[in-house]
Amino acid sequence: MVQNLHDYLADLEDIPGTRVYTTRRARQGYWLNQFAMSLMKEENRKRWKANEKNYLDDWPMTEAQKSAVLARDYNLLLDLGGNIYFLAKVFSTDGLSFVQAVSTMTGMDVAEYQKMMLAGGRSPDGVRSIKGES
Amino acid sequence: MARITAGIASSHVPAIGAAIDLGRTQEDYWRPVFDGFDWTKTWIAESANQPDVVLLVYNDHASAFDMNLIPTFAIGCADQFSPADEGWGPRPVPIVRNDADFAWHIAQSLILDEFDMTIINKMDVDHGLTVPLSLMFGQPAAWPCKIIPLAVNVVTYPPPSGARCYMLGAAIRRAIESYDQDLKVHVWGTGGMSHQLQGPRAGLINAQWDQRFLDDLTRDHARLRNIPHIEYLRETGSEGIEMVMWLIMAGALGESARELHRHYHVPCSNTALGHIVLSPQS
Repeated sequence: MVQNLHDYLADLEDIPGTRVYTTRRARQGYWLNQFAMSLMKEENRKRWKANEKNYLDDWPMTEAQKSAVLARDYNLLLDLGGNIYFLAKVFSTDGLSFVQAVSTMTGMDVAEYQKMMLAGGRSPDGVRSIKGES
Repeated sequence: MARITAGIASSHVPAIGAAIDLGRTQEDYWRPVFDGFDWTKTWIAESANQPDVVLLVYNDHASAFDMNLIPTFAIGCADQFSPADEGWGPRPVPIVRNDADFAWHIAQSLILDEFDMTIINKMDVDHGLTVPLSLMFGQPAAWPCKIIPLAVNVVTYPPPSGARCYMLGAAIRRAIESYDQDLKVHVWGTGGMSHQLQGPRAGLINAQWDQRFLDDLTRDHARLRNIPHIEYLRETGSEGIEMVMWLIMAGALGESARELHRHYHVPCSNTALGHIVLSPQS
């Protein structure tokens, strides 16, 4: 079954509070994600921790991407082409768990977010579609 | 001849690996996560159920594959693979040993069956592969069987469709059954179930949808294979798409599969943890 690509991509942009990692975002965030990937090596983590700004200057990222990394603004980083599995290298290097880092994107503090998860998580009701508001 | 003796699916949440490695499995938060695997650990240790080889379907999470190379379906064909350093040092788990002759056989068979596989030799394996091994086998000095890694891109859109994954599973069955060695083979599908790790909508869980997915692994494969990407995204969160990898397992087991065991628990970190064991015989 061949899907219409334009309809497919339009649907991906129709989910509230979600940035699907499309090829457009992959292209926009290429160097941001490759920078994050470099933190998988212990020697790079050491250099990063010693001076984050100098480390970023070795990468051909946009200034907006660099300042969002320094601010650990993960929602903005998603908008600038970051992918969560790559960005995970940054927050793991900070010693944060997925729960701690992910909660920062929801407007809740960690305790509130944990409480929501223990109560069964966020319901899909009302956040399925921007157009359909369902 | 080689034959499929079981299908297993399980979430592969990285925090599970950390809980095991740090000895925290008996804490109040973690006990209900791990209790549901006790049945499987006992079952898989019985000689009739022990696999000689596990074909383990998982996704790499920016560990072996960066943005430079994004294979849709990749099969590991080297003799062994090391646990990846995902940012906090490699997990203290055994080296993954492959049955490389069998992996190359499967790769050839799949390509002739019109699945254009990427063949990979040098590759570290991340939590997507090692967490399910820890859940089923515990903490042995060496994994008790050979493991063939099969990595699926579910990170960069579009991932393969559910229908394509299901067909790959059926082709994997043909590949296994055409191998001239007397081997008991498991096919494992990993990842899922509902979860979203990004943006203001993070934390999404849909237990009702997940349970119906588990039900239909033995009841309605036609429905499962036709679920479009957008339904996974809307109903199960942006990372729920990992469940297409369960359909590779389902396709390999076939529609007549019977459920032996099921476990479902919320929350496991940000995720709805799901686990099922299937027998190919109804």
